[in-house]
Amino acid sequence: MDLHLLAATPTEEERVAVDAVLGSPETAWVGGERAPVDGHVARGGREARDRRHLLLPALHALQASAGWISEGGLNYVAARLTVPPAEAYGVATFYAMFSTTPSPPRVLHVCDDIACRTQGAVQLCAELERSLGPEGHGDAWTWRRSPCLGLCERAPAALLQRSGAGAEDVAVAPLGVEHVTALVVDQDVRPSEPVGRSVPQAAEARDTLRLLRRVGIVDPSSLDDYRANGGYLALRRAVELGPEGVIRELKDSKLLGRGGAAFPTGLKWELVAKQAVRPHLFVCNADESEPGTFKDRILLEGDPFAVVEALTIAGYATASERGYVYLRGEYPAALEALARAVDAARARGFLGADVMGEGFAFDVEIRRGAGAYICGEETALFNSIEGKRGEPRNKPPFPVERGLFGKPTGINNVETLVNVLEVLRVGGPAYAGLGTADSTGTRLFCLSGDIERPGVYEVECGTRLGDLLGLAGGVHGGRELKAILLGGAAGGFVGPGDLDVPLSFEGAREAGVTLGSGVVMVFDEDADLVDAVLRIARFFRDESCGQCVPCRVGTVRQEEALHRLVSGRTIGSTADEIELLGQIALVMRDASICGLGQTAASAVQSAISRLGVFA
Amino acid sequence: MVGLATVFGAGGGTTSYREVEETDLILLWGSNAREAHPIFFHHVLKAVHRGARLMAVDPRRTTSAEWADLWLGLDVGADIALANTVAREIVSQGLHNTTFIEHATTGFDEYRASIEPWTLERGERVTGVPADAIRELAHAYAKADRAVLCWTLGITEHHNAVDNVLALINLALLTGHVGRYGSGLSPLRGQNNVQGGGDMGAIPNKLPGFQDIEKDLEARARFEAAWGVPIQPKRGWHLSEMFERCGSVIRALYVIGENPATSEADTTRATGLLAELDCLIVQDIFMTKTAEMADVVLPASVSAIESEGTVTNSERRVQRVRKALDPPGNARDDMWIIAQLAGRLGFDWGEVTAESAWDELRSLSPMHRGMSYGRLEELGGIQWPCPDEDHPGTLFLHGRLWLDPPEQGPLAPLSVVEWEPPVDELTDDFPIRLTTGRRLTDFNTGVQTARFSSPLRRGETIDVSPEDAASLGVSEGERVRVTSRRGSVEVPVHVDPGLRPGLTFMTLHFPDEAQTNLLTVDAWDPKSGTSEFKATAVRIERLEQPVEA
Repeated sequence: MDLHLLAATPTEEERVAVDAVLGSPETAWVGGERAPVDGHVARGGREARDRRHLLLPALHALQASAGWISEGGLNYVAARLTVPPAEAYGVATFYAMFSTTPSPPRVLHVCDDIACRTQGAVQLCAELERSLGPEGHGDAWTWRRSPCLGLCERAPAALLQRSGAGAEDVAVAPLGVEHVTALVVDQDVRPSEPVGRSVPQAAEARDTLRLLRRVGIVDPSSLDDYRANGGYLALRRAVELGPEGVIRELKDSKLLGRGGAAFPTGLKWELVAKQAVRPHLFVCNADESEPGTFKDRILLEGDPFAVVEALTIAGYATASERGYVYLRGEYPAALEALARAVDAARARGFLGADVMGEGFAFDVEIRRGAGAYICGEETALFNSIEGKRGEPRNKPPFPVERGLFGKPTGINNVETLVNVLEVLRVGGPAYAGLGTADSTGTRLFCLSGDIERPGVYEVECGTRLGDLLGLAGGVHGGRELKAILLGGAAGGFVGPGDLDVPLSFEGAREAGVTLGSGVVMVFDEDADLVDAVLRIARFFRDESCGQCVPCRVGTVRQEEALHRLVSGRTIGSTADEIELLGQIALVMRDASICGLGQTAASAVQSAISRLGVFA
Repeated sequence: MVGLATVFGAGGGTTSYREVEETDLILLWGSNAREAHPIFFHHVLKAVHRGARLMAVDPRRTTSAEWADLWLGLDVGADIALANTVAREIVSQGLHNTTFIEHATTGFDEYRASIEPWTLERGERVTGVPADAIRELAHAYAKADRAVLCWTLGITEHHNAVDNVLALINLALLTGHVGRYGSGLSPLRGQNNVQGGGDMGAIPNKLPGFQDIEKDLEARARFEAAWGVPIQPKRGWHLSEMFERCGSVIRALYVIGENPATSEADTTRATGLLAELDCLIVQDIFMTKTAEMADVVLPASVSAIESEGTVTNSERRVQRVRKALDPPGNARDDMWIIAQLAGRLGFDWGEVTAESAWDELRSLSPMHRGMSYGRLEELGGIQWPCPDEDHPGTLFLHGRLWLDPPEQGPLAPLSVVEWEPPVDELTDDFPIRLTTGRRLTDFNTGVQTARFSSPLRRGETIDVSPEDAASLGVSEGERVRVTSRRGSVEVPVHVDPGLRPGLTFMTLHFPDEAQTNLLTVDAWDPKSGTSEFKATAVRIERLEQPVEA
């Protein structure tokens, strides 16, 4: 509390937009007109504080209505939710998709991240600068450089953020410079390619697909179509098995989480299910933001009911009655598909007070991120849902004990959850027969960069890197391979000599690399790796949440040292700078509280040690 | 204090801070603890963050009320009406604790009859608070497993202060919210040692340790034996009674650490009375307005850092105070000054130290007996009563009322209290209600705080509702004249949406900027002697607009 509201007032449009999310204000104390009764009674306190989680949805509404979050609009939201304006401002400024300075109603975010750079994003931006003027200028519309938008298979990519009447964001990929004027001025948005195109295996090897088997086949908007293709059989199987049976199957399957930490999924679910504190909550982490990653988007766009079904099974098995999907803010098509799927599932009784008539309750709420890489970290994600800055929490306590809203929370990413459907379809032991002994099942890989057929590929764990490249047709145009970025910006580079690395957790560990989020970004013989390394360093400097010192300072110092190396204005010798980079990497890895800081130097270090970039 | 002493025999908060943190419902009645008792409010916040409910009764929607689940904005001086309505709702819905009432209280039937007219509708009419909010409060308080009721000057700075307190105590007795862990009554104290002052007998009818000077013959004899002088068998006067007699019966006044020339209601009258004295002695650490009028000024030491002793906080915890600095110049320790004065008057007290005085108190006051300096040090303070050196101190009071049969002492009477509106009536000439209070940045008349700068301090203002500002045609910062039946001050306007039309607010923090107490009424409660600072009738006028040069 201790609200020190400002005198600034919202515009009518802003008020309407916020009220559409929060409902009309009931009293003057939450932003309504003053009535005589308000002088004698007010309700608030815990009830008001419990609405804090609506802050991000309300800010989204403001951003969509005006293209930016004005002082008056922010003040109104602060009053509506009894959040101090300074704190609301702190949240608004944390997320890249929110602007707290006036911004035109149409903003074209042009990706200039590593994958798109291999496909001419730098030249594209230069061309835009020349023909349209510098980024951030303009009254009716403008353009800006953006970190990875998760459209890497169709690079170079852009996202058109539109506010005002009919506000809607649209992903545009590939973006040709010749389209830009028609796009932002006339809003001539061309329909994007069907999502099935992003799964090249579907054409010739559909029978090898498990997680992707429905993508491009089913109508993502049709529950009936989903059911005609095996949908909701897994949930039925889960109910037959009972919660403990589901967890047993998962343990038998030896499924490990695909989010990066490779935690056994069955064990995690069991830990949540056993917590005495109620309620339990379950979160689907769909904040896929690792540069070069787009597999979850393909699943969400192409087979959204699978995610809803898998989350429902998680809720059933862990005795959670409420599920959340935290969806990356830059995924408008996935949002639309998922929202439609949730509505349809609810309308048909697959969500709600009595799921499938089986006597258990479960419902799903979709929460949209707002442009913050860090929110993929699970505790930062919880804070974001709670309406706070997406800053990670110290662990322990772990989410299974105290997660979202301080309650026992299970959290899995999209790919892990969809694997659960497969486990229940074939049975835990059979699933464990796929892949290797320690890395069971199949994995999704996001192939991008200089590759012949970019897209999402599904292979059994343990498949060799070279074979995966072969599936995708090898390096684009038959050129020579220079390097592969494995695992994304938080992963590391490997060279042409590493093609026999098995793509399993233990295989990667042995080779000193990480699979991360399944990024396989290919750089051909002409690629500028120094440029890629600099872009990665810029990415981490930009995305560090700033909460803990090693990462806040380290990511800046790392980028500075790299620029000195590139410009030749080193402090001391090149070797001194490389040693300094090593020390910064050590400090960030050892002393940052979350994975962002701990991995912010991995790609840089691997480029130096494996590829000898600055040698 | 008087109210609690009347009902329970001891004038102290019944609960501890720890219990406030672990209770289920906190009811702040006439208390803006967020600003006026910020340290206590931290205990409240701990409870709130733990999940306790907070409800606030206050004419203004204060910063404390902003934290509350429910705020009831009653009209100034309608506390008894509200309490009686809450009580009637509790009883009529069968939510009263019949076991406790039968076991530990007296006078229920009479009391029940007296609150019968206070239907929710009548309560709403008199207090202004919607009936459903009153019902919600009544049900929440009665149904809570644990509840602590806190109040402060919003209850006591009225002409019927003691009745106000009794009305609140009735609620605790009705529901059994007293004498149990986490349930109790907590009057918040304006100074770190108000409780200690009362404990030491600075109350007209009490000897140290709340021993009644008129009724407790045994105690009086004990003091007479120890001091070797007869103790008067009649109660003395409280501050307001003394002022009534200044210049007539009272010819000389010895003022220690008080600034009545500024802090008394109706300042004009108060300074006039002080001027009529033959002799005014002021013992203080600052040259206050009162000191400026004095015949003799005795420069004293700062009790917090320049002298040894003890203080007692709102949870009855006696704590040691240690000397860190010597007082400057000719300033002397209060105790030394008093002992010297005694010597000049013919009583040789010998070498008096803080500890020797304290040990004498322990020999005379049973509730302090177990509190040696050594134990106070060792235990980090002890809560009274602590009757012997093996006793750990007392977390909460009146647990005896739950014992079977209630031990050591009388039952707790439910009190019939009738509502009376404030003395200073609203009329067409004085249509606006002015109430007074404190802000976070400042303390009372500013003697202790005015020398510190604070980014939050904005000086004296008259806070008005947005509606009144509009109808008066005044804007933020504009100076206006505020006039009561007693006087007039000029002060800038501050618009506060926490106020409703017809309700205004001032502090007494900045007497040099605006003598708020020129306006206030000196009607005071005959039992406690507290003046009705909280309810003044005023009118507000714009100053003539300066002519453009």
